[in-house]
Amino acid sequence: MPNFTNYLIYVFLFISLYYEVFLLITYFEKRLLMQSETARLRHGVKKYPTVTIIVPCWNEEKTVCATINSLLNLNYPKDKLKIMIVDDGSTDGTWGVVQKFANKKQIEIYHKENGGKHTALNFGLEKLTTDLVGCLDADSFVDKDALRNTVVYFEDKETMVVTPSIKIWKPKNIIEMIQKVEYAWGIFVRKMLSYMGAMYVTPGPFSIFRKEVFEKLGGYRHAYLTEDMEMAMRLQANHYKIANSHNSVVYTVAPNALKKLYKQRLRWTYGFIKNVIDYKFLFFKKEYGNLGIFVLPMASISIFSAIYILTLAVFSFLRSIFHELIKINTVGLHWPTWNFDWFAVNTGLISIISLLAFLGTVLIIFVSRKMADGKVKLGMDLVWFFAIYSFIAPLWLTKAVYNSIFSVKTKWR
Amino acid sequence: MEQREINWKKYIYAFVITAIIFSTAIYLSNYFGQKKIDDIRAIQDKISIDILSSETQFSLLEESSCADLGGQSALSDELNSLESKLTYTEKDRGTNDTEVQTLKQYYSLLEIKDYILMQKIADKCGKPPLTIIYFYSNKNDCSDCEKEGYVLTDLRNQFPDLRVYSFDYNLDVSALKTLISINKVDETKLPAVYIKNKLYYGFQSEADIEKIMPELSATSTATTTKVK
Repeated sequence: MPNFTNYLIYVFLFISLYYEVFLLITYFEKRLLMQSETARLRHGVKKYPTVTIIVPCWNEEKTVCATINSLLNLNYPKDKLKIMIVDDGSTDGTWGVVQKFANKKQIEIYHKENGGKHTALNFGLEKLTTDLVGCLDADSFVDKDALRNTVVYFEDKETMVVTPSIKIWKPKNIIEMIQKVEYAWGIFVRKMLSYMGAMYVTPGPFSIFRKEVFEKLGGYRHAYLTEDMEMAMRLQANHYKIANSHNSVVYTVAPNALKKLYKQRLRWTYGFIKNVIDYKFLFFKKEYGNLGIFVLPMASISIFSAIYILTLAVFSFLRSIFHELIKINTVGLHWPTWNFDWFAVNTGLISIISLLAFLGTVLIIFVSRKMADGKVKLGMDLVWFFAIYSFIAPLWLTKAVYNSIFSVKTKWR
Repeated sequence: MEQREINWKKYIYAFVITAIIFSTAIYLSNYFGQKKIDDIRAIQDKISIDILSSETQFSLLEESSCADLGGQSALSDELNSLESKLTYTEKDRGTNDTEVQTLKQYYSLLEIKDYILMQKIADKCGKPPLTIIYFYSNKNDCSDCEKEGYVLTDLRNQFPDLRVYSFDYNLDVSALKTLISINKVDETKLPAVYIKNKLYYGFQSEADIEKIMPELSATSTATTTKVK
C-alpha cells in the first residue's frame, strides 16, 4: 500500500518530469529558430556598439591576468571596447599584477575600498560612457567571438540584456567534472528559459546590458551576495527582455574542492530563496508570463523536492550499506554469486518513474552538449555527476533553507 | 517593455505527455508486479503438487523399505528459491500488503506440510532429520532476527542437506499458530530456533548451531538460497 511518503514522491516526480517535458517541448518548438540565430551570427552587425567590460577583482592575483588577456583577445573592434578593472580593496598582490596593463589604451584601472562585488560594479557603472556594459568576474575567461556574437542580439530593440553560455575552464578532478555536466545542463535550460521569457539570473560572467537598464533601474544591490539574480528579477519585474546567446561562450574556474563548491552553492541557493521572497509578487501573475506562472514556482518547489527525494535516496543507500555491514559482521565476507534473476530488478512505480526522469535528464544533457560543443560525447563526468551529485546537493540545499528560515547570513568564500 | 504571453496550449500538451509517461510507468509497474506474483504462485503450485505426490507415494509405500522412499521429501530447491522471491516481494510491496500476506500464508503451510512429511520419513528410516525451525518477527520488535536470518542462510548455503523452515510469528495461519503453541514459543524472546526437540531463544551464531548439530559438518556443497 503506498503510504504518504510514496505519494509525496509521486507528486514531486510528476512535477520534475513535467518540467523536463516542458523544456523539451520548448526545444523542439524553437530548434529551427536556434539554428537561424546561429546562421545570423555569420553576418555580424553593421555597426558595432561601444562596450565596457567591468572586471571587479578582490584577491584574484592568480587568475586576473588571464581574464584581462582573454578580453584583450576578443574579436571586436579595439576602439569600441573598454576594459575597466576595479580592484575592490584586494589584500593580496592583485593591484600590483594589474599594473602591467596600465599602459594599454583600452584599459582603465581603478582602486577602491573593499565593499563587495556590487559596489565594485556600481563604481564602474558611474564612469560608464558606452552603449553597452557587462561584467566579467576575475576568475572567468571569454571565447574570442563571445562579444561579437552577443551584440547581434541587441539588434532587437526590445532586448535589454544578453546572457552567455558558461562552461567550466579545464575541468580536471571529480568535483570539476560534476560541475561540467551541471553547467552543460545550465546552457540548455538558460536558452529555453530565454525563449519562455523567464530567465531569473543574468550570470555574473559576461552578461551584457544596455546602459539604459542601469539609468532607469539603478545599479546593483547587495542582494544576499547574488546580485546577478536580483538584477534579473528586477528586470523581469519591469518587463525588460533578457535574451541568451548560446554561441557566446564564457569559461569560468570552478571550485575544485567539495568545501569550496558547498560554500558557492550555499550562497547561490540562499540568494535564490531570499531574492524569491523579495520578489514574491512575481508569483502566479499572468503579467509576468511563464516566469511568474511556471518557472519561479517550479524552481522553488524543486529545492524542497530535491531535498526530500535525494535525502530519501541517500538514506536508502546508507541503510543498505548498514545491513550489508551487519551481514559481514555476522557471517563474514562472501563474494556474491552473479546469477541474474529478473525478480531482483526493482519494478516499483518510483523506480520506473525515476528511471524515466533520469533518461529525460540524460537526454537534456546530450542536447546541451550538442548545443555547446556541436557533438554528443559520453564521458566519465556523466557517471560522476549522477553518482556523487545526489549525495552532496542535499547538503547545501538543506543548509540554505535552514539559513533562510533562521536568517543565518552566507559568506562569499 | 516586453509583452509576456503565456501559451496555455503548451502547458496542456506538457501535462498530457507527462500524464501519458506516468500512466505508462504505472501500467509497467503493475504488469511486472503481477508477473512476479504469478511466478511465485506457479512455484507454490508446483511445490504443492510435489508435496502431495510425496505424501501419496509415502502412503503407497508405507509398508515398503526406506530405500523405496529415497530418504528425502519432495521439497526441492524451489522452496528455497520461493523463499528468496517472497523475501524480495515483501521488501518491495511491504509486509502489510495483502498479496504478500496471502503468499506467505500459503508458503508457511507448504513448509509445515513438508516438515511433517520429513518427520514421517525420518521416523520410518530412523535417520534424524537435519532440520531447524526458525521463528522471527518483522514488526521491528526483534533486533536479532536480521542477524539470525543471515546465519541460517549462510548455514544452508554451506550445508545443502540442512532444511530451515522459517516462520513469521505474526502471520495469521491457524496451522502456524498450532505449531507455535505446540513448541510454546514466546513472542517476546524472538528470534527462536527449534533444533532437535529443543527451543533456543536469542541470537544463535553459526558456531552455536554447529555445536548443537555436530552432524552438519559431515555435509558440504553450496547452494544459493536465502532465509528470512
